[in-house]
Amino acid sequence: MSQPMLSVCGLGLRFGRLTAFEDVEFTVADGELFAVIGPNGAGKTSLFNVLSRVYEPFAGRVRLGERDLLRLRPRELAGAGLARTFQNLALFGDLSVLDNVLIGRHHLMRCGALRDGVFSRRARREERAHRTAALEALAFVGIDAWADTPASTLPYGLRKRTELARALAMEPRVLLLDEPVAGMGEGERSEISELVKRVHGEHGVTILLVEHDMGMVMDVADRVLVLDFGRVIACDTPAVVQRDPRVIRAYLGEGLEAA
Amino acid sequence: MTQFWQLLFEGFSLGCVYALIALAFTVIYRSSGVINFAQGAMLLAGAYVISWLTVNEGVPFFGAVAIAIVALALSGVAFQLLLLRRVATQRPIFAVVMITIGLGTALTSGVDAVFGSSTRVLGDPWGSTALHAAGLVFDWVKLWAIVFVAVVLAAFYVLDRHSRYGLAMRATASDEEAALAVGIPVARVQALTWAIAGSLAVLAGLFLSGYPSSPNPSLGESALTAFPAIILGGLGSPVGAVVGGILIGLIEVLAQGYDPSWLGNNFYEIAPYIVMIGVLLAKPYGLFGVRPAERL
Repeated sequence: MSQPMLSVCGLGLRFGRLTAFEDVEFTVADGELFAVIGPNGAGKTSLFNVLSRVYEPFAGRVRLGERDLLRLRPRELAGAGLARTFQNLALFGDLSVLDNVLIGRHHLMRCGALRDGVFSRRARREERAHRTAALEALAFVGIDAWADTPASTLPYGLRKRTELARALAMEPRVLLLDEPVAGMGEGERSEISELVKRVHGEHGVTILLVEHDMGMVMDVADRVLVLDFGRVIACDTPAVVQRDPRVIRAYLGEGLEAA
Repeated sequence: MTQFWQLLFEGFSLGCVYALIALAFTVIYRSSGVINFAQGAMLLAGAYVISWLTVNEGVPFFGAVAIAIVALALSGVAFQLLLLRRVATQRPIFAVVMITIGLGTALTSGVDAVFGSSTRVLGDPWGSTALHAAGLVFDWVKLWAIVFVAVVLAAFYVLDRHSRYGLAMRATASDEEAALAVGIPVARVQALTWAIAGSLAVLAGLFLSGYPSSPNPSLGESALTAFPAIILGGLGSPVGAVVGGILIGLIEVLAQGYDPSWLGNNFYEIAPYIVMIGVLLAKPYGLFGVRPAERL
C-alpha cells in the first residue's frame, strides 16, 4: 500500500444547524474494497453525496489519487475516475439499457459534434469501440439479453444491474456503490454480492460500498468503517469490527442477531 | 390532376420548412422540457439579418446565410447560458416558458424597430425563377428548400443517433440530475440545443420568405402554424416532428388550393388543427410519441 487511492481528512457536513457528520477520516488503498456501515441516519449516504460532489462539506479535505476532489465539478468526476451507483436508481427510463450504459462513456468519447455530424470514419470506429465496451459491461453483469429494452420496463433487480454496468463502463478507478442490495430478496442479494466480488476481483477497481446488509458487508469487504451519529466509531477488518464493543452497542448487536 | 400535383409539390416543400421549425421546437423540448415560444421570432430575425446583409451590406447571399446562422446560434447559446439556465434551476418550467414568450415579443419588436414594418427583399439568387417540367411549375426556391432540408435532416440524424452529443441530449431530457452524475456537461448540451434551434430558425426563415413571400413581420406567426406538427408527430420525437411538419404543410396547401367555399374563407388556416385533433383522439401521444411507461 503506497499512495492511497482515496483519502478523507477531517471531513464534516452540516445542513443548517444540523450536523450530518464531522471529523470523518479514512484512507482507501488502491484496489481495496472498503465498506461504510452504520445505523439509519448515521450519515452514510450523505458521505457519499459529498464524495460525488452533490453536497458541499464545511470542513475537511478529500484526495482522489493526486487530485483534490473537492475542487472538481460534478461532471468532472467521471473524467477523474470516479463512478457511482445510487440508492434510489438514477437511470434514463426511456432510453434503452444499452444507451444507458453507453452514456456512462461520454467522458471517454473524443469526437466532437462536428466530426460526428459528417460521420467521419474515425467517428464510426470510435462509436463501434464504445458499443463493444458497453456490451461487455452488460454481459459482465449478466443483462446483455436486455440491451435494447427501455430501462424503465425492467424489474428492479435488473435496473440495479444496469446501473452497475453503467458505472463499470465508465472505467472508474474508484467505484462508489450506494446500497447495491437494498430492497432485494435473499437470492438476489447473494447474486449481487458475488457480482460485487467479481467486479472487485476482475476489474481491480477500488470500491467504496455503503450497505445496510451486514451479511453482505462482512462477506465482501476488506475493511469496514462504522459511522454512528455522524462520527467514526471504528475502522478495521470485518473480523475486528464485529468484536468491537462500541460497534456492537451502536449497531451490530441487533444487526447480527437479526441477520 | 395537374393542380393536384402542383399543390402536392408546394405542400411538400412548405412541409419541409415546417419540419425544420418543428425539429427546432423538439430539440429544445427534449433536452430541457421547455417549449421555446421565441422560435418564430428567431426565424423572423434570421430572415431579416440575411436580407439586411445582402441588400444593405452587399454580402454575397450564402455568406449572409452563414453569418446569420452563426449569429442566431450564438444568440441562442447566450440566451440559454446567461438567462434561462440561471432561472431554470430554481423556477418551475412554466416560468421558463413565459421567458421564451417574452424573448419572442422583444425580438419581434426589435426587428420592427430596426427595420420598420415595410416588406423587404430577401436577396436570394433564385427570386421568382422556376423550373418548368411535366406541365408543372417548380419554383427554384421551393426545390432548394427540399434539398437543404434533406441535407440538414441527414446531418441531424447522424448527430442524434451516432454522436455522444445525441445520446447526451436524450439522457439530459430523460433525467438532468442523473446526467450530471454520469459526467455529462448538461449546460453545454442544453446550449448546443439552442445553437441548433438558432441555426434551424435561420434556414426556416430563409425558405419561408422566399418567392412569392418575402421578409415581413408576420413571418414569426408561421412558427405557430408549425406548432400542430410537434403535437401531431408526438412531442419530443424528432421523427414525429419531421413527419408532422410535412403533413401540416401538405394539409395547409391542399386545403388552400381546393378551398371548399362552403367552409368559409381561410379554412386552410384551421385545417392543420382539425387534423391534429383527429390524430390525438386516435393516438393521444401523437404519431410517434411514446406513452410513458407506468409502473403499477
